Amino acid sequence: MRVGSRQDATAHYSAVERFPRYTMNIEIIMPQMGESVAEGTVVTWLKKVGQRVAKDEPLVAITTDKVDVEIPSPGAGVVSKILVHEGRAAPVGAVLAYISELAVAEEASAGSPIAAMSDITQAMPAVSSPGPRPEAWYSPSVLHLAEEHGVDLSQVRGTGSEGRVTRKDILDFIGKEPSVTPASPRGGPQPSGPAVEDQIIPISHLRRTIAENMVRSKQTAPHVTQIHEVDVTKIAGYREANKEAFFERTGINLTFLPFVVKATVDALQAHPLLNASYADEGIVVRKAVNIGLAVALEDGLIVPVLRDADKKNFLTLAKESAHLAARAREKRLNPEEVQKGTFTVNNLGAFGALIGTPIIVQPQVGILGFGRVVKRPVVIDDTIAIRSMAYLCLSYDHRLIDGAYAGAFLNRVQANLEGFDVSIVE
Amino acid sequence: MEITYLEAIRQALWEEMDRDDQVFMLGQDIGVYGGAFKVTKGFLEKFGPERVIDTPLSESAIVGAAIGAALMGMRPVVEMQFADFISCAFDQVVNMAAKQHYRLGEPVPLVIRAPYGGGIHAGPYHSQSPEAWFFHVAGLKLVAPSTPRDAKGLLKAAIRDPNPVIYFEHKYLYRHMKGEVADGDDLVPIGKAEVKRPGSSVSVITYGAMVQQSLGAAERLMPEGIDLEVVDLRTLQPLDMATILASVEKTGRAMVVHEAPKTGGIGGDIAARLAEEAFRYLDAPILRVAAPHTPFPFSPVLEEAYLPNADKIALKARELANF
Repeated sequence: MRVGSRQDATAHYSAVERFPRYTMNIEIIMPQMGESVAEGTVVTWLKKVGQRVAKDEPLVAITTDKVDVEIPSPGAGVVSKILVHEGRAAPVGAVLAYISELAVAEEASAGSPIAAMSDITQAMPAVSSPGPRPEAWYSPSVLHLAEEHGVDLSQVRGTGSEGRVTRKDILDFIGKEPSVTPASPRGGPQPSGPAVEDQIIPISHLRRTIAENMVRSKQTAPHVTQIHEVDVTKIAGYREANKEAFFERTGINLTFLPFVVKATVDALQAHPLLNASYADEGIVVRKAVNIGLAVALEDGLIVPVLRDADKKNFLTLAKESAHLAARAREKRLNPEEVQKGTFTVNNLGAFGALIGTPIIVQPQVGILGFGRVVKRPVVIDDTIAIRSMAYLCLSYDHRLIDGAYAGAFLNRVQANLEGFDVSIVE
Repeated sequence: MEITYLEAIRQALWEEMDRDDQVFMLGQDIGVYGGAFKVTKGFLEKFGPERVIDTPLSESAIVGAAIGAALMGMRPVVEMQFADFISCAFDQVVNMAAKQHYRLGEPVPLVIRAPYGGGIHAGPYHSQSPEAWFFHVAGLKLVAPSTPRDAKGLLKAAIRDPNPVIYFEHKYLYRHMKGEVADGDDLVPIGKAEVKRPGSSVSVITYGAMVQQSLGAAERLMPEGIDLEVVDLRTLQPLDMATILASVEKTGRAMVVHEAPKTGGIGGDIAARLAEEAFRYLDAPILRVAAPHTPFPFSPVLEEAYLPNADKIALKARELANF
């Protein structure tokens, strides 16, 4: 068992000083770039150690899952120390570098400035504690639980800061472990290591964020997807007749999307529980109607938000959705353009899908997928007609929404689309 | 019906004055002028000058007179115009009010209402949170409500308590905080904290105006999967350690938030008690979010930098949750 004595734990405990402090220097901090953004990745240091930087001059390029930004220097001076390398991620609020107002750059003397840069994890103990960092330490709570359940701590994978074993890690471990015997090959699927001929692609920051968000949403909300069929013959006819004139007039392609958004906004106003969040203190019914639009990127996807969609006419919705999608593909969205969505619309048909079961964007409660429009033979009044048909696929959070309510919402969207009236686009 | 925090205090005073004619009020400009914040407007007309006494500008004399009356069986309620000026009455509070029961065996049923706290651009003499000075002194009870319901219920409980109670009422909350209160006697017991938001990731132990800010931080962190538990102390002395410990045993991570300076603040004492009594449950260092060790600034920009808020709390809570 690798359980340290209580005295050891106390010693490490007092040595915990998260960040080095240079009170004479200016700290460059990882900024908060959106309410749900927890970390960012340094792309490029536009100034290297030893270089001068003026106040407000761009200093470092940062990328998050949502935006790319250049951060201006908060003051004038010399870059004295870079703690977070290019390509490295750091949490919001972490110190990325120091700018010294003194002309003495701490590491400029060490030959190549690149070689002198140190990783944040190496810099920390050098400043905050003189001794070598122990390879593993355990909090009082973890030690107590390990003792109580007879857990061999070396068998527990740590997910905390610097790979530390957290209390949750050990609780998860105890939950998984049927007995106190050390980990041994068990039944069920085993994770297999890569074979020699396999290729390993590093997981990008965007990919990882998407993965985490998807898992969290599925774990948070019991998803149900309900599907209605909608006849969009009228809209298809209008679109066919007007798309060239529309493009000439506005410079954008007339797609089905703004029609769907318009129909959805009206249905949300009639069924406000789908424009809401489920929270411990109660159901938060959103006053604003901000429609997220899922946009595919080369290496992932992003959901820019069409704000106050209920206050906008058809032309504005069409223009703004086209504009947001274009900016998303160029990765030029501002943080506020990806925040505060209250409901999401997903154009499943863009890639040929007829039907999909979309995953809710947390903390929203619904997402509406719109499938590809295809001509199909349809029975109307006991005769067969050729109609333009599509599927409306609503995934909703069953904690808050039941089938009847979702059905009423979909009926409304469907009625809005089928009863399309030219006056809404004029 | 929703009422303001200030209206809740006014209702508690009015109902207690009406209920018990031993209750009377004294303070600077509380009668004719109706109080600096208009809490006692209309009281002079209703209860008369013998029960609503405008005093000279001498905090020491006001508290001294109130202690005398309390020893004789009355139930005085003193209004400090600003909690900052309570230092002028320090000897009366600390050496007289707090100790007479221990010296003489006589109760001192005294309430001092202390309007405290910042966020109102009022500078160094009208913004402080001096609760820690009295936290150190045995023989006093301290309460600091965060909502109208608690404000009303705790003031009524304070007036009926046989001990000297300092009632810290937050000036920012006076008109910014609204909420439901029950009609009539809905007493909030002294010595009982309340979990204002249950959560699983981090226990945020706080009181007064920082309760709303902590709830704001919780809202902010929810989409990240960080689930804060907000424990509103409500009573600072005696501390409800049972509620604090139950929360920290559940989450394993604790932070204390108050707007008084960190140095020598109540947060340090709570952190120490958690280290003593909940060490085996702790999975991360105990953090404190509080004002810096410097006098309260006047400039609104500096005031914002000085006071904790939802952003600053969220930043530290995230660090703690990810530790």
